[in-house]
Amino acid sequence: MPSGLFGKKKRALQEEEGRLRRRLAELSRLPTLPGVHLKDEVAKISQRLRELGRVRGRGEGASWEKVKLARHPERPYALDYIGLMFPGFIELRGDRCFADDPAIVGGLAAYQGRTLMVIGHQKGRDLASRTHRNFGMPRPEGYRKAQRLMRLAEKFGIPVLTLVDTPGAYPGVAAEERGQGGAIATTLACMARLDVPTVAVIIGEGGSGGALALALADRVLMLENSIYSVSSPEACASILWKDAAEAKLAAEALRLTSSDLEDLGVVDEVLPEPRGGAHRDHAAAARIVKEALEENLRQLELMKPDRRRRERCGKFRRMGVWRENGLTLF
Amino acid sequence: MAQRGSVEISPRGGGEKRADSCPACGAPMDAEELAANLRVCPACGHHFPLSAGERIELLADQGSWEEIATELRSDDPLGFYDLRPYHERVEEAEYETGLSEAMLVGTARMHNMDVVLAVMDFRFMGGSMGSVVGERFWRAAELAAEARYPMVAVCASGGARMQEGMLSLLQMAKTTCAVEMMASVPVPFVATLTHPTTGGVMASFATLADVIVAEPGALLCFSGPRVIEQTVKEKLPEGFGRAESNLEHGQIDMIVPRRELKDRLVQVLGMLE
Ligand SMILES: [Zn+2]
Repeated sequence: MPSGLFGKKKRALQEEEGRLRRRLAELSRLPTLPGVHLKDEVAKISQRLRELGRVRGRGEGASWEKVKLARHPERPYALDYIGLMFPGFIELRGDRCFADDPAIVGGLAAYQGRTLMVIGHQKGRDLASRTHRNFGMPRPEGYRKAQRLMRLAEKFGIPVLTLVDTPGAYPGVAAEERGQGGAIATTLACMARLDVPTVAVIIGEGGSGGALALALADRVLMLENSIYSVSSPEACASILWKDAAEAKLAAEALRLTSSDLEDLGVVDEVLPEPRGGAHRDHAAAARIVKEALEENLRQLELMKPDRRRRERCGKFRRMGVWRENGLTLF
Repeated sequence: MAQRGSVEISPRGGGEKRADSCPACGAPMDAEELAANLRVCPACGHHFPLSAGERIELLADQGSWEEIATELRSDDPLGFYDLRPYHERVEEAEYETGLSEAMLVGTARMHNMDVVLAVMDFRFMGGSMGSVVGERFWRAAELAAEARYPMVAVCASGGARMQEGMLSLLQMAKTTCAVEMMASVPVPFVATLTHPTTGGVMASFATLADVIVAEPGALLCFSGPRVIEQTVKEKLPEGFGRAESNLEHGQIDMIVPRRELKDRLVQVLGMLE
C-alpha cells in the first residue's frame, strides 16, 4: 500500500474499523424483538467495513491477493522445502493396505544429529506431475500412510514435522468408499495421541479438513502468505452467496490470512516470508522455516511427553468462541 | 422390542417440512400414522428425519433426560456477513426449531442404564458444527469420562459452520481430543449416524466411535454427491454414500431400523462396559 496512508490517517481508519466491528458484535448480541429490524444497520456497517478494507489495503482485495499467493505455481512445495532443509531425506511410501498416495509424501530426515519424520501434502508443477500428485488432494491411503509414519516416529521417539499444502481431501467416489471421513478422523486422533513433539507448518493452501488432518500439532506455524480455511473461498461463495464469482468477498469474510488467524488464536506463530513472497526465493523461505522449526522443537523437547500431550489437547479444547450467561468466551 | 409406551412422537414435532406422501415410495402419508410409526414410512420403511427432541424421546427412558450446557450460545467472532449477517441466521434457526443450537447434550437413562447423550438436529443451520457444538460435545465427553457413563452420539450434520471460519473447522480437532479423553478412561462411545451425516462431523467424532451404527438409507459421506459431481465430474453409482453402501465397504458396523435402535444401543453398551 502507498506509504502516504501511514500515520494519522491510517490510525483514524483503524479506529473507525474497530468501532464498526464492535458495533456489529453488539448488534449480534441483541435479542430479537418484534418490530425491531437491524438488517439495514448491519448492511450499512458491513458495506462501510468493506470500503475501509479496500482503503487500508487489507479487505477483500488483500485477502484475495493472499489466496493467489498461497496458490502461486512457483511457491515452494513440501518436497522443495524437504530438499532444501534435509539433504539425504529418505522417502517412505505406502499405507500397507491399499496404495501409495503421491498427494502425501513422508519420510526420514537427518536433522542436527538426530532424525525427524517429515510428512507433507505435495502438489505438482506441470501437467504430468500435477495429475500424478492429484493436485495435492489426498485419498484415504494418503492419510493412512501419514498415520503409519507417525506411529513409526512414535516407536523410535522421532519428532514429527508436517508441511500443510492442499486444496482439500479428494472428493471422489472411490475415496469415499474407502472411508475418506474416517481416514481424516483417525489421522487427527493419531496426532492427538503422539508422545513425540509435533510441529505443523502451513506452507501454502490449508484447505479444510484435508489440511487440518496433518495439523493437530503442539505448534502450528503459518507462512505469512499462506491461507488456512474452513472451505475454499469459491465453495463458500457458491454456498452462501449462491455464486462462486463472489469468492473475493468470501475470502475476506472467512478470515483466512495468517494475520487474521494469529488474531483469532488459530495459529501459534506467523513466519515472515522473503520479500515478495516465498516463490521469489525458495532457499530463503526454507531457512525461515528451518529456524522456526529449530526454536519450536527446542522448546517442545524441554517438556515431558505427557505434559506436551496435555497442552496440545488443552490448546485445541480452547478453540472456539461462544457466549455463556452473557459472557463471551474465547 | 423398544418400549413403545415411553415413546411419544408428536405429529407436528420437528423435522423437515412434513410431506403429504413418502418421498421414497410415494405412498400417501397420514401425519398421525407416521408419528405413531416413529416417523418411518409404514409402506416402504423410509426413515424420515427426527428432531433432537423426538430423538431424545425415542432413546431416553421417560423423564430421565437432563440437559447440560444449556446456556451456551453462538457468538460471531468473525463479524461474518454474506447475504445476511450470521447472527440473523442463528436467530432464525432458534426461532424455527425452538432449539438453542444444532446439538443438545445431557444425561439420560436407557433401559435404566446411565448414559451421556449428544444429539444433533439437522434443522438448526444444517446441523453445522460451530464453536457451541464443539464445546457441548467436549463437556458431554468430560462428563462421560468423569462419571464413567458411556456416550451415545446421534449425528446429523452438513459439516462445518462456515460462518465461524477456521474456528468451526477446529471443532474437528477439539471433538477428536474429546473422544481421546473418553478413550483414555475408557468409557464406551457409540455413534448413531442418521440422514445426513457429512463433512467435518463425518471426519471427526462420528467416525471415531468404538461402534458405528447407522439408520437405513442415511447419506453418510465426507464429500457430498453434489460436490463430487461438480468438482470431479464423476458419475455416482446407485446408492452412493448411503448407509448400505457404507456397510458394504466396511465403514460402519451395522444398520439398525429405528424401532430397534434403543434396544441395540443398550445391548452394545452393556457388552462394552
Ligand atoms: Zn415409503
